Amino acid sequence: MNQFQYVRPSKAQAAIEAVAKDANATFIAGGTNLVDLMKRGIATPQKLVDINRLPLTKIERENNGLRIGALALNSAVADDKQVREKQPLLALALNAGASAQLRNMATVGGNMLQRTRCAYFYDLTMPCNKREPGTGCGALEGINRMHAIFGFSDKCIAVHPSDMSVALVALDATVLVTGPKGERRIPFADFHRLPGDTPEKDTNLERGELITAVDVPDGPFTKHVHYQKVRERASYAFALLSVAAALDIENNTIKAARLAMGGVAHKPWRLTAAEQSLVGKPATEETFRQAAAVAMQGAKAFKHNAYKLKLAPNTIIQALKTAAAA
Amino acid sequence: MKAQDKQIGAPMNRVDGHLKVTGAAKYSAEYELPNIAYAVLVGSTIARGRITSIDAKAAEKAPGVLAVISHFNSPKVPGFDTAGKDPSQPATAGGPIKIFKDDKIRFNDQPIAVVVADSWERARFAARLVKAQYAPEKHKTNLEASASEAFLPTAAKKNPKHPMNDYQRGQADAYKTGAIKLESEYVIPTEVHHPMELQAITAHWEAPDRLTIYDKTQGTMATRRDFAREWNLPEENVKVIATFVGGAFGNALHSWPHESAAIIAAKVVNRPVKLMLTREQMFTMVGYRPYTWQKLGMSATPDGKITAITHESIGQTSTYEEFTESTLAQTRMMYQSPNVTTRYRLAALDIGSPIWMRGPGEATGAFALESAMDEMAFMLNLDPLEFRLRNYTDKDPENGKPWSTKFLKECYQLGAERVGWNKRQLKPGSLRDGEWLIGYGMGVGTFGAHRGAATVGAQLLPDGTVLLQCATTDIGPGTGTAMTQIAADALGIDPKRIRFELGNSSFPKAGTQGGSSTVNSVGPATQEACLALKDKLRTLAGAGNAAFASAKKEDVTLADGYLTLSSNAAAKVSYADLIKQGGDKAVTVEAKPGGEGQKYSMYSFSVHFAEVRVHELTGEVRVSKLVSCADAGTIINEKTAGNQMKGGAVGGIGMALMEAAHIDDRFGRYVTKDFADYHVPVHADSPDVQVAFVNQPDPHVNALGTKGIGEIATIGVAPAIANAVFNATGKRVRELPITPDKLI
Ligand SMILES: Cc1cc2nc3c(=O)[nH]c(=O)nc-3n(C[C@H](O)[C@H](O)[C@H](O)COP(=O)(O)OP(=O)(O)OC[C@H]3O[C@@H](n4cnc5c(N)ncnc54)[C@H](O)[C@@H]3O)c2cc1C
Ligand code: SF4
Repeated sequence: MNQFQYVRPSKAQAAIEAVAKDANATFIAGGTNLVDLMKRGIATPQKLVDINRLPLTKIERENNGLRIGALALNSAVADDKQVREKQPLLALALNAGASAQLRNMATVGGNMLQRTRCAYFYDLTMPCNKREPGTGCGALEGINRMHAIFGFSDKCIAVHPSDMSVALVALDATVLVTGPKGERRIPFADFHRLPGDTPEKDTNLERGELITAVDVPDGPFTKHVHYQKVRERASYAFALLSVAAALDIENNTIKAARLAMGGVAHKPWRLTAAEQSLVGKPATEETFRQAAAVAMQGAKAFKHNAYKLKLAPNTIIQALKTAAAA
Repeated sequence: MKAQDKQIGAPMNRVDGHLKVTGAAKYSAEYELPNIAYAVLVGSTIARGRITSIDAKAAEKAPGVLAVISHFNSPKVPGFDTAGKDPSQPATAGGPIKIFKDDKIRFNDQPIAVVVADSWERARFAARLVKAQYAPEKHKTNLEASASEAFLPTAAKKNPKHPMNDYQRGQADAYKTGAIKLESEYVIPTEVHHPMELQAITAHWEAPDRLTIYDKTQGTMATRRDFAREWNLPEENVKVIATFVGGAFGNALHSWPHESAAIIAAKVVNRPVKLMLTREQMFTMVGYRPYTWQKLGMSATPDGKITAITHESIGQTSTYEEFTESTLAQTRMMYQSPNVTTRYRLAALDIGSPIWMRGPGEATGAFALESAMDEMAFMLNLDPLEFRLRNYTDKDPENGKPWSTKFLKECYQLGAERVGWNKRQLKPGSLRDGEWLIGYGMGVGTFGAHRGAATVGAQLLPDGTVLLQCATTDIGPGTGTAMTQIAADALGIDPKRIRFELGNSSFPKAGTQGGSSTVNSVGPATQEACLALKDKLRTLAGAGNAAFASAKKEDVTLADGYLTLSSNAAAKVSYADLIKQGGDKAVTVEAKPGGEGQKYSMYSFSVHFAEVRVHELTGEVRVSKLVSCADAGTIINEKTAGNQMKGGAVGGIGMALMEAAHIDDRFGRYVTKDFADYHVPVHADSPDVQVAFVNQPDPHVNALGTKGIGEIATIGVAPAIANAVFNATGKRVRELPITPDKLI
């Protein structure tokens, strides 16, 4: 680990300034991702701005929805009574992530900003455009079992590893940020980016911008929800892929639907066309099968991840079935 | 002492359990010697070639750095020049890497330098500043690509009697002309050693020619011999201490480059040096279960008699050591078959040397054999248990000798009952619970009941405690506990009054802890040393007390503070008196195997029954029941033995469902480098493993009747799960691990 300075301001403005004016400064929240990256020499900040003193841990009602502070712990959000009542999908997704110990440290803001788990990204000796632009993509012709089937570029085929974000994109959340230029609201679907020619940029956050909260609007998705995560062991593993499904069903007819996938793209992958295909249809396996087929349009696999072309629709069907039965 | 007070068989708690859970037990990286320095290795970033330069300037200038050592400036290690073929190594040809001796790179992440600093953090920081240039050469890291160059191990070439030679009984490859036949290929990937305790060493030159190392090793004496040789020192000048070992599973059966590096570093900085590997380094330089390709051909009669088996395998090894293991052993002796052919080959790749990993080659071989048994039973429309019974052997078909004992049928029965085998359907995919398909499978394991010579010292202390010492190690099975129980029975005293010390090369000799042989070997030595101590005390007591002089040694009782006779409570001699006569001098007894191995085939046996649930859409596999039954002779401690069986079974779950280390062959470098990529089972992956022991003594292996447990706990588990997956889904996975992508 390199030597670094450490500051712990108690005012948001001071924290923002500290990062905005120093290209080598970065925020640290739970540290569960950043410290790992520092230990491996992938992140080499010269200044850490610890934001844990900022009053950003609350979960409260705000404008027909929940406002979840950026420093609310993953475990606290998953256990929160309002979250469980109003947004049970979010609680399910959070509890599917990492381990209890990590969820007790990890924050909402940090979770969204965790970096990919692509093995080439993690090995300083291997090529990786995301870590070192211009060096090439090691995974493209390498071992790419875990990699993307949607939205990739020839510069990067990594996936975003967050479970929580899959639920948040499905639930139409909005990210609240404050930066040197003031506040702005970013729809969750626009928060993460596709790799394109600049895979080094995971999100549309600007330098110095601090995530302060996430707004999750109330919706009808309080009952028929499910987060289906497929992984190589029963717990404590990143997803091969995952599906967040939420249905509003009346008289066995689907009135509204939300569907998103994790582990398939550089960002949490919202399946809007598949959602639309569900609306007005009976909540049957046949309907789910059709939606899964719609969802898979445009998917393309690499040498080691062709299984995702089958696993993804299967998991969508399973998630929708379970949600409908919930 | 009453019969029910017998300690052997009792589920006694571990004698060191309290030390371990309170952190008082010291592991090799926990010795804080005065003036200690810390070492961190720098690994190569190519798989094969030469180092052309190393720029260590920045590292040398970094704060706290004491030295940066590489082949450019390493002191001469005298044994590197004199040692030719090193018989201490598992390899049958070549020899281990001579660290910092030359510029040659033989595998990716091979240590090319070691940075020593006054703190671990500073050493780690500086290690990253060391920059090397290479002249890379074309490397090979893919076994399949090198299969055409696979060769018979050199030891077998030189010696026609060597067990790695081709084996033949009956006709060669007779399965090809069999009535009902199969031919299947199986692959197990590289599985990496990851005991909880990382590989670590603290090296201390107490004088220029006297070395003490606190080391993670399974054999204090083997390690002592290796480093005595490396430095051309008399063995008594080297002391190896491994009082506690945090799991090893074969990982510490070899001396590795990092150990040599720490010893060199300690010499250079003239301070004690501690070196602990990172998890990442555990993948590359301290052994692993080798990637192995296997082909198994089998034929049978329509009524379920095996007529022929051919089993071939190619295991990977490094370019500098030929590591071999008994992948094909079980095939030669497990089932009645008039024709059996086995062929073992190696492929030398540009990777670090493999090493035995729990249930070593047998676990690999059993995956092929026991899967093929299931495949054949299916072809014959027979219950796989019935198929195995029809080919059961009452003597060893490999050599015609009788078994010393074999209670495998009893294991079959116990296990089948417990798992609910009667629920199993012959037709795959018959049972389900919603989207979960349910299946049952079994797999058999066996491992030689090995015994070696061992010596134990027994000594009466003034407070009446009996101190026992032996150089053996305890890598986790509970050796100290089992020996305390054996000693308690032999001495007839409360186990609390016994102290069994181990893990020190200065103690009386013992072999390495490996191959399930420790209780078989050290157990009898403990027992005999205790009896000898008793007899010695009786003789001393007899000098002044006629009652003792004429007493039998069995009659002698060690009471609180004095020696007495169970037949005559009035006869008493105090320990103080005995000690005055030299009663506190240790009695040292060596116990060795006799000719029993010539007369009998001696094996432990196990069978594992699995019930699995496979999700029909996502392909996820859950092991919902796992029952392991063992014929391991006398069980000294049901609790620790049960623990071993459970741990071995969980290892088998990992092997079956998730463990795989992948190399990107373009770089010759692992892409699975941490626990996020290399999965081992978590609690949720393991059911409450049920264990049952037949617990019948084997009268031939040793007087205690033990046969060994460690390996058979794992051997056969992976095929049991693979077979259960087939029964659930109709899908036969022949390449481990069985991940969801292979089932959808
Ligand atoms: C072993 C392991 C397993 C895991 N498994 C899973 C899993 O299965 N599923 C899953 O979803 N996740 C998993 N994770 C990832 C885990 O969820 C993240 O590490 C965690 O959510 C990050 O949160 P943090 O608060 O610790 O972030 P930090 O490490 O503190 O920060 C991460 C990044 O976010 C930035 N940041 C943090 N807060 C803010 C803010 N408010 N505004 C602006 N920038 C900010 C930091 O500068 C840093 O760049 C796993 C992690 C580990 C170590
Ligand atoms: S997929 Fe992206 S993160 Fe992975 S190696 Fe390629 S560029 Fe790097």
